[in-house]
Amino acid sequence: MAKITMTVNGRQVSGQCHDRTLLVHFIRENLGLTGTHVGCDTSQCGACVVHMDGMSIKSCSTLAAQAAGSEITTIEGLAANGELHPVQAAFKANHGLQCGFCTPGMVMTAVDMIRRHGGQLDEATVRAELEGNICRCTGYHNIVKAILAASAEMGGARVAAE
Amino acid sequence: MGVEGIGARVARKEDKRFLTGKGRYTDDMSVPGMKYAIFVRSPYAHAKIRSIDAAAARAMPGVIDVLDGKQLLADGIGNLICGWMIHSKDGSPMKMGAWRPLAHETVRYVGDAVAIVVADSIAEAKDAAEAVVVDYQELPVVTDATKALEPGQPQLHPEAPNNLIFDWQIGDPAATDKAIASAAHVTEITIQNNRLSPNPMEPRATLGIYDGGDDHYTCYTTSQNPHVARLVMSAFYNVAPENKLRVIAPDVGGGFGSKIYIYPEEIVCLWASKRTGVPVKWTSDRTEAFLTDAHGRDHLSTVKMAFDADNRIIGLKVDTTANLGAYMSLFSSAVPTYLYATLLSGQYDIPAIHANVRTVYTNTAPVDAYRGAGRPEATYLLERTMETAARELGVSPAELRRVNFIRSFPHQTPVIMNYDAGDYEASLNAAMQASDWNGFAARKAEAAKRGMKRGIGMSCYIEACGIAPSAAVGSLGAGVGLWESAEVRVNAVGTIEVLTGSHSHGQGHETTFAQLVADRFGVPIDSVNIVHGDTDKVQMGMGTYGSRSGAVGMSAVVKALDKVEAKAKKIAAHLMEADESDIVIENGELKVAGTDKAVPWFQMALAAYTAHNLPPGMEPGLKEGAFYDPANFTFPAGCYICEVEVDPETGVTKIIQFVAADDFGNIINPMIVEGQVHGGLAQGIGQALLEGVHYDPANGQLLTASYMDYAMPRADDLPSFKVSTSNTPCPNNPLGIKGCGEAGAIGSPPALINAITDAIGNNRLTMPATPQKVWAAAHAAN
Repeated sequence: MAKITMTVNGRQVSGQCHDRTLLVHFIRENLGLTGTHVGCDTSQCGACVVHMDGMSIKSCSTLAAQAAGSEITTIEGLAANGELHPVQAAFKANHGLQCGFCTPGMVMTAVDMIRRHGGQLDEATVRAELEGNICRCTGYHNIVKAILAASAEMGGARVAAE
Repeated sequence: MGVEGIGARVARKEDKRFLTGKGRYTDDMSVPGMKYAIFVRSPYAHAKIRSIDAAAARAMPGVIDVLDGKQLLADGIGNLICGWMIHSKDGSPMKMGAWRPLAHETVRYVGDAVAIVVADSIAEAKDAAEAVVVDYQELPVVTDATKALEPGQPQLHPEAPNNLIFDWQIGDPAATDKAIASAAHVTEITIQNNRLSPNPMEPRATLGIYDGGDDHYTCYTTSQNPHVARLVMSAFYNVAPENKLRVIAPDVGGGFGSKIYIYPEEIVCLWASKRTGVPVKWTSDRTEAFLTDAHGRDHLSTVKMAFDADNRIIGLKVDTTANLGAYMSLFSSAVPTYLYATLLSGQYDIPAIHANVRTVYTNTAPVDAYRGAGRPEATYLLERTMETAARELGVSPAELRRVNFIRSFPHQTPVIMNYDAGDYEASLNAAMQASDWNGFAARKAEAAKRGMKRGIGMSCYIEACGIAPSAAVGSLGAGVGLWESAEVRVNAVGTIEVLTGSHSHGQGHETTFAQLVADRFGVPIDSVNIVHGDTDKVQMGMGTYGSRSGAVGMSAVVKALDKVEAKAKKIAAHLMEADESDIVIENGELKVAGTDKAVPWFQMALAAYTAHNLPPGMEPGLKEGAFYDPANFTFPAGCYICEVEVDPETGVTKIIQFVAADDFGNIINPMIVEGQVHGGLAQGIGQALLEGVHYDPANGQLLTASYMDYAMPRADDLPSFKVSTSNTPCPNNPLGIKGCGEAGAIGSPPALINAITDAIGNNRLTMPATPQKVWAAAHAAN
């Protein structure tokens, strides 16, 4: 067992877990933040994407111990003061989600994607960048539309609020 | 149409919780004292179990107990069943073999559950599962349905000699044979429909809670139909009587059919909770999902389509072998029969049809309904055959279809279905225009200059949705009625709860069902809550599948709204001393038509509950329920056109454009309907281009058991789609709606394969059209 301390959504947290505990299980089970999901166990589907020190990572293939001392942002930490983050708002406006299961990972991936490309995204780039996120409901059409809309709105100026 | 009423493009009410991580899926549930389950599963596709020794596992750290099938049987838990009786053409009933929730005598596919380990943590349960010693005696294996029917093959169930479950037929064999004999041209083709894994992104999960104080069970589960789950677990599996069993399907992360069925895990976790005295949660991992979620499709068919000298279809003969896997899943028998062969007339006026279907046991996962369920198989068969015929006859595929379209309604097909309305030419024309069909030759020539092979293909599909008139399906063997229920509760302050037996797992019912109420009473959708997915809240329901929530579920809501409206008008008329027939409801007010007299909606509601001044004899309160049993299926139809470029060097297919023109009747929320089409198209394109479940025929091992091996469509496999709708309202339900959930998956595979075969000039190509297959076919053609 290891005692781990990290900052999650701006709040310092500590917890006991097995050495083999994955970050996603630490987030879901120890911290009760169940917005981050497990969809595949083999790091293909991206339902578990969170931000570690500002970059998107797959929390299903990261040990909780590896995240000790880092700053983690989960889907629960994205909306500030009750206002949806522009990416969240764009997903809603463009019907970029159906069952909602892949959505947290999609949104966290999109936030990082927009930040890395400075808000300069085109459809082909968005589709290529979504290689690590699988959605079974939307056919990606409205996810791509939502990310492009958010990217245009953020214009590279307002990057992830984290 | 108000801003939030029928037809409005309303953003979804449920989105905020999903977007902020506040969704509540089954695996998110946690209750005091909860422990974790791991299932010990068979690593063999076929074996006798000599013994199960769990002593070492029970002694491991954190382990509460290990339970097996003998204990389950001793406690009286029943076998899993198939709920739709099909009779063979000789009159004999289908041959259903025993499916034990935990196998203790024979395992019949890799993944068959043998024991459950309950422990303090998932990790400890996994460790202990490894320590359960099961002594297997391996048996020979068969995975292919056609082969399983041959003499001398391994036999799965003693009840089913030669692994044949039933040999069923529909239509008129003599008339069809006669048509073929007299035909000017007969197109013959073999059609393979590849086996798929549904893959909702949320893996199945269940939490079983036994409360010894009340002798009561609660089951959280990833279900598309919690009431059916309760009914079946109570009536057939002997878990608990219905009044002692509450089933809750909270947020469910997609289903696509695979979450209709009751699987062993729900039953075993409930039972294990009673045995161990602790709540027991099990969550599938993705490999378990590939191994044990019911698969879809897996048909092999031969087809003869007969034409007269004017290119009119005069007969269609189909012979299909369908693989149902190792056990008969809940609705497995209905899929390759009444959901499949009844649609073999397609959009065409075909005077004689005969279809024969044999269903077969193999050492593979059970096969049941997957998005479209039978209708994709019928459409793929028919539309590949039409395309092949057009090529053989030297006529354009559009013209061959046009010549054969059904043009007057109602239309009785030779295979049971009575089409109520449609305009197939309208969607064909819309799709051809949207795809610039006439400009294709120039685009093909331009592509050829770049060394690319460009092709175009179409598909005209029809499906039967809104399943289904209860008496009709009862006469065909269904074990349940397929109506839907609704209850509309108006609160004393005028806010409204709608309870529905439909279940939303991505379809957006919390928005669209609320739109019905907003449209009727002029109240904002924020004042309307949709309640579903809990058998303690909603009395009964048949759930969501077969694109039935709109046509059947919403129709039940409409019936309940009619009753609420009638009583509300009576109250308002009484309050305003007016005649009830003069009351109109607009913008949240009940008005006396032609006057300025009005009572706000909330005031009428308050009056219903204070009951100080109601019409004489009226009961207080405002709550009405309704059951709606549909009069017929609905018949969505449309035309899809796909344009591709194939790189002859690599065999890689790129979709240049995909056009969908659908007729869904009236539409409640176009944004949500388009989303349903997009998702269906992606699954259909996935089937045609990427996806396929593969078992090793020698030993029955599943070779495609993770996302590293099973090719799920990614964003860069797909284009943006061009979708449009036309509207011939359904005459058989109050809203005139048909259903849109499956169309995309039904219509798209043949359009794509027709396009690829057009591009490469070789009609022999099976799904999935991987680069290797396309490359080989393209080179074989040259």
